[in-house]
Amino acid sequence: MWWFIGKRLIQGLITVWFIATATFFAMHNVPGDPLLNDRATTPIIRANLEAKYGLDKPLLTQYFIYLNNIAHGDFGISFAQENREVNDIIREHFPVSAILGVLAVLIAAVGGILWGSLTALYRNRMPDYIIMFLVILGISVPSFVIAALSQLGIVTINQLLGINFLPVAGWGTIYHMLVPALVLGLSTMAYLTRLMRSSMLEIVYSDFVRTAKSKGVPPARIFARHQLRNAVLPVITVLGPSIAAITTGGFVVEIVFAIPGLGRFFVEAVQQLDYTVIMGTTVFYGAFLVFMVILVDVIYGFIDPRVRLS
Amino acid sequence: MAEYSAADFAPLKVQSHSQTLSRPSLSYWQDAWIRLKANRRALTSLYLVIGLLVFTLLGPLIWRVNPASQDLDQISAPPGRDRGALVVPEYTPWEGPTTQATELQLAAPPTSQAVRLQWAPLPNAHGHRVYRNLYPVGPERAFGIPLAEFFDNSTLYFEDRLDLRPGRYYYSVVALNDNGRPTTEAQTITVDVRRATSISDAIKQGIIPVDAEVEVGDVLQVALHPLGTDYLGRDMLARLMAGARVSLFIGIFAPFLYVLFGVVYGSVAGFLGGKIDQLMMRFADFVVALPFLLFMILFKIAFGIGPGESGVFPMLVAMILLLWPASARLVRGQILQIREQGYVEASKLLGAKSTYLIFRHMLPNTLGVVLVTLTFEIPRAIFTEAFLSFIGMGVAPPTPSWGSMSNEGIKTMLNTPHELIFPALMISITVLAFNLLGDGLRDALDARMRNTE
Repeated sequence: MWWFIGKRLIQGLITVWFIATATFFAMHNVPGDPLLNDRATTPIIRANLEAKYGLDKPLLTQYFIYLNNIAHGDFGISFAQENREVNDIIREHFPVSAILGVLAVLIAAVGGILWGSLTALYRNRMPDYIIMFLVILGISVPSFVIAALSQLGIVTINQLLGINFLPVAGWGTIYHMLVPALVLGLSTMAYLTRLMRSSMLEIVYSDFVRTAKSKGVPPARIFARHQLRNAVLPVITVLGPSIAAITTGGFVVEIVFAIPGLGRFFVEAVQQLDYTVIMGTTVFYGAFLVFMVILVDVIYGFIDPRVRLS
Repeated sequence: MAEYSAADFAPLKVQSHSQTLSRPSLSYWQDAWIRLKANRRALTSLYLVIGLLVFTLLGPLIWRVNPASQDLDQISAPPGRDRGALVVPEYTPWEGPTTQATELQLAAPPTSQAVRLQWAPLPNAHGHRVYRNLYPVGPERAFGIPLAEFFDNSTLYFEDRLDLRPGRYYYSVVALNDNGRPTTEAQTITVDVRRATSISDAIKQGIIPVDAEVEVGDVLQVALHPLGTDYLGRDMLARLMAGARVSLFIGIFAPFLYVLFGVVYGSVAGFLGGKIDQLMMRFADFVVALPFLLFMILFKIAFGIGPGESGVFPMLVAMILLLWPASARLVRGQILQIREQGYVEASKLLGAKSTYLIFRHMLPNTLGVVLVTLTFEIPRAIFTEAFLSFIGMGVAPPTPSWGSMSNEGIKTMLNTPHELIFPALMISITVLAFNLLGDGLRDALDARMRNTE
């Protein structure tokens, strides 16, 4: 087990290095000039600024300085917001995205398992048709449309009730988080529901379920002990990639609902060509996702011993 | 001993037909096609996909409206509305009303050329403020946008020419006290503004020819926009068709290219095996681990968009660079399986060369899986394009795409919902059609991947 974890961690580190390198060289290829803004720059000021950001050094030297800084957890200073460290930005805004993401993953996982088992149990009956129709809708409608429509829904509900039942946008209380998290988790929930349904259907006709039935085990117990526990395994496998999908999908929800998360900051940085912020956020997000996937792998290794052996 | 004649050794004629097949033999693809035809959902989605292609490719030949031309007379016009425009005289400045008003009233019939209001002084008013609202003024006294302020009672009329569109407006006059502050005295009227045009405007917009015999009071038909117009007065239907070209081009062409690359990469790795396979697959693992959307954005800015470029090409390249590993892995797995099959062994024993083995036995047998993957990758690529365009990282304006149209439409979602609904609907229908088609293809082509339904 420890060997398995160690191997995955080393792979993860190499992946993070790969991400950092790709980010560095991609950003170096960006057309335009980071020091070219509305303020007039004389050659002397320009040279000073270049020296400050290390832009006068050869590319390879810059690359090693950059790698060294990342290894020390230093992502540099923002180009667009003066005297603001990228680390500060991440520290301030990442928790917001993380809370939203965790909530969305929870909603998606619980909802997916619940709806998936329901459709399998009520196969080819009304609940199955209704849920599968909603699932197809959830997969087909773009998240920004769902986000906008849900905002419209909140406004309508608030108007009908005459009170501020749910806030339309912003951040702060749990009420601000509910709808964005639901919207964020919706497509993943739809995907997990499909997965859960097919894996549940496979189990319903398996031998051990039949044996349990013939032994006279009550249906509720068969469902909980025999079917659910076995059917949920494939869902756990895709949770890692789902976390990745949900975290990066957060951009849209954060923009539409005006949530001060890292995703919105990233999009803003991209629009302002804030080099260090773009690089820092990408490497940070990349590392985060890589280690989330490893975490899920390790958890899965504990649940299903076959994984560690292969 | 019996005697045998030469006739006894003549070959017998085949008499029995025990091996006759009861049904004609079907090839893999014929069989798949029959199964696909039996699946009503998949067939419907296939028709939808064909319909979308027709809409994209033949639509612009039928609906010949330039998606970039602006109809400034009909900005954000909703679909399916009456197009009649009353011909009114050329605009002349208004010197004020000729009669005395008793309350807030119209001094002339309201048209989209101008709305002329006049009123009698409100009780205790030391001046008036004029408001216009799109919604009825409720008890919360939301009068809308203030249009004008008069700090004495000498001016008791107002002419509104600000961005008038056909439709209902609510005009209010609020009395001001001697400090210039609004009081509780107010009057509101409802005004139904009619579309109007002057003869010279109509000629300028090309509604009527220069020498047309049109008189004031006639009703002209303004340009037809079946799905309305957007916030710059551009025809929605023409833009949807032009946007379909971009969205479907990226949505179909990009997956085609990166699946193709994945197939080549995966089959080479799977066929060679050993150290090279390990190395190639390790590299694919790294590319998979890259956070897709972040790198998509990163590559998009790295390639840059020059002036006058649509930005479709950088998006295509970025997608190919990032999305090939999934199909490469899949094809490699398939090749590894097929390599061990009996018919490949047999072919090898008969002296088949590597190229023959790959092209005759291995690739055709992975084709089903590849086709299914391709169908599922198309909605993903369409979503990616829409997502990137939505956050402003996609195709550069004025090139329309469904994603960028949604992005523009979402800003005015409440007042002109059609600007969001149509592009969003197109994205949803396309993604839905390809998803269902993918399900159907998977069921028809590959027994192992078949859905448990």
